[in-house]
Amino acid sequence: MSTTSKSRAFPTHIVVFLAPAVIVYTLFMIYPLIDSLRLSFFATGPDNKEYFVGLQNYVKLFTDSNYAPRFWGALKNNIVFFLVHMLVQNPIGLLLAALLASGGWGRKFYRTVLFMPTVLSFVIIGFIWNLILSPLWGVAESILKAVGLGALFRPWLGLESTALVTISLISVWQFVGIPMILFYAALIGIPEELIEAARVDGATGWQVFWRIKFPLILPTVGIVGILTFVGNFNAFDLIYTIKGALAGPNFSTDIMGTLFYRTFFGQQLQLGNPTMGATVAAMMFLIILSGVLIYMFLWQRRVQTVEM
Amino acid sequence: MTTVSRSLTYGKDFGLLYRLRLLLGGLIPHLILAGYSLLAVFPVVMILMNSFKTRKAIFGEPFAFPNPSNFDLIGYQTVLSRSNFTQNFVNSIVVTGVSLLFILLFGSMAAFALSEYNFRGNTLMALYLSIGIMIPIRLGTVSLLRLMVKLGLVNTLTGLILVYIAQGLPLTIFILSQFMRQVPKELKDAARIDGASEYRIYTMVLPLVRPALGAIGIFTMIPIWNDLWFPLVIAPSAKTATITLGVQQFLGQFVSDWNAVLSSLSLAMVPILILYVLFSQQMIRSITAGALK
Repeated sequence: MSTTSKSRAFPTHIVVFLAPAVIVYTLFMIYPLIDSLRLSFFATGPDNKEYFVGLQNYVKLFTDSNYAPRFWGALKNNIVFFLVHMLVQNPIGLLLAALLASGGWGRKFYRTVLFMPTVLSFVIIGFIWNLILSPLWGVAESILKAVGLGALFRPWLGLESTALVTISLISVWQFVGIPMILFYAALIGIPEELIEAARVDGATGWQVFWRIKFPLILPTVGIVGILTFVGNFNAFDLIYTIKGALAGPNFSTDIMGTLFYRTFFGQQLQLGNPTMGATVAAMMFLIILSGVLIYMFLWQRRVQTVEM
Repeated sequence: MTTVSRSLTYGKDFGLLYRLRLLLGGLIPHLILAGYSLLAVFPVVMILMNSFKTRKAIFGEPFAFPNPSNFDLIGYQTVLSRSNFTQNFVNSIVVTGVSLLFILLFGSMAAFALSEYNFRGNTLMALYLSIGIMIPIRLGTVSLLRLMVKLGLVNTLTGLILVYIAQGLPLTIFILSQFMRQVPKELKDAARIDGASEYRIYTMVLPLVRPALGAIGIFTMIPIWNDLWFPLVIAPSAKTATITLGVQQFLGQFVSDWNAVLSSLSLAMVPILILYVLFSQQMIRSITAGALK
């Protein structure tokens, strides 16, 4: 950082440069976040005024028979949603990245095609898969029949037991490009000499990958992990598009994002409740914040010591 | 690359087994990549293809290409006559374009201040501005909506734009300030000696970080264009709906009109796909060059 200004009076030009960003960011991002946290400690009385109620909203969310089953259900589903991404999306992303990074014919083409679904909106993706998997159209069924697995077909999106995993896999299908491209960038950044040296010593491709390349891209593994975590616990659009705010069948695809939307805006018979909505948002905030803190203080520090 | 190094390592071993291994070693990655590519494009192709077919052909022969005997544009006619497609499209362009412009302008100004001047509280300010990289703005929705009501910005594009600017700024500032630190100090000091103002120096630095501006531009644009949450919450009226929301609502109403559903999906996809094909190489290069790490 270079210093040119004497720091006696605060220079005007610095204020001018910073002010627009700081004002918009503070007013439309930081203030709503803090005010929303504040609202989670309030409740609306019969006179339509808001009163401080301490932790009552949270107690209600965790124990009240109207809220608790939905909250714990959404939390559990969200964890499943996240685990599917960690166990399916990120390993596939790593595999594709490793194949792309190994060079060879057509890699540019593959790279472009594989990343394509990521740029489409959830709404489009949701509807496309809704149609493809629909028993009415029968595309998925015909494909399974063509390979002799027709008997396996089920209306996966409609069954309580399979809907959540199916939606998670649709999301994986859409976002596999992100871990892929991040891993790919990290892999092609590894100095060629390191790999050549190992090869000369007789290491196989498999050994080179797991003993040399993988430890070197550990920082990226952490970034991919935390991006997946934040993205998943903030997800909403895909489930809303495929299943609506009720996240059916029987709330089996309900995650924190859809619960937040329903609690805030209401649904069918239940009226919307802004302060309870803020409480759900505050829980999402806490979950995401703890993920970020774990990443920053545990993962990053460990990776740094390993590197030393 | 791999083949060369392998043949070096294995030396004179040109036996049948080795050649077979080499062939398989080259073939298997291709099979996996090609197979997954097929999985990535297949659903999209199915939608595009069937959007040009008659209802009967959509169900009777879903895998057939459109041809004179099954060709039908009825879906597109329905979409264009029954939905606000054009209006939605214009809204999306305005919202995305204006947001992007201000994200890059405000973001580069703040990044310049943070990277150029060693003022008191610099680190703290940088930290404050980066909170939004990890904490999603969506979590403040309850209060954000109240604020919008107070400011009279509900159901306006301005409201949406302000939210997207706030959302886009943190990452933009973070990345741009790293890039601006790499601009040689001599360049700026020479200009200062020539009597250039600090504002002039900012306009000098800006073109030097153009590649980063481009990459950030593309990466902030996509989530804004595709967002469903804020249009749904802040600007759901027919007049202000973006294309993503418009398509979502249209699909909800016309769910049983397959021609219309397939056509509206295609219409919503095509602009993004064209942009992607045009810019994908730059986009991917910008990440692999470390622009977004």
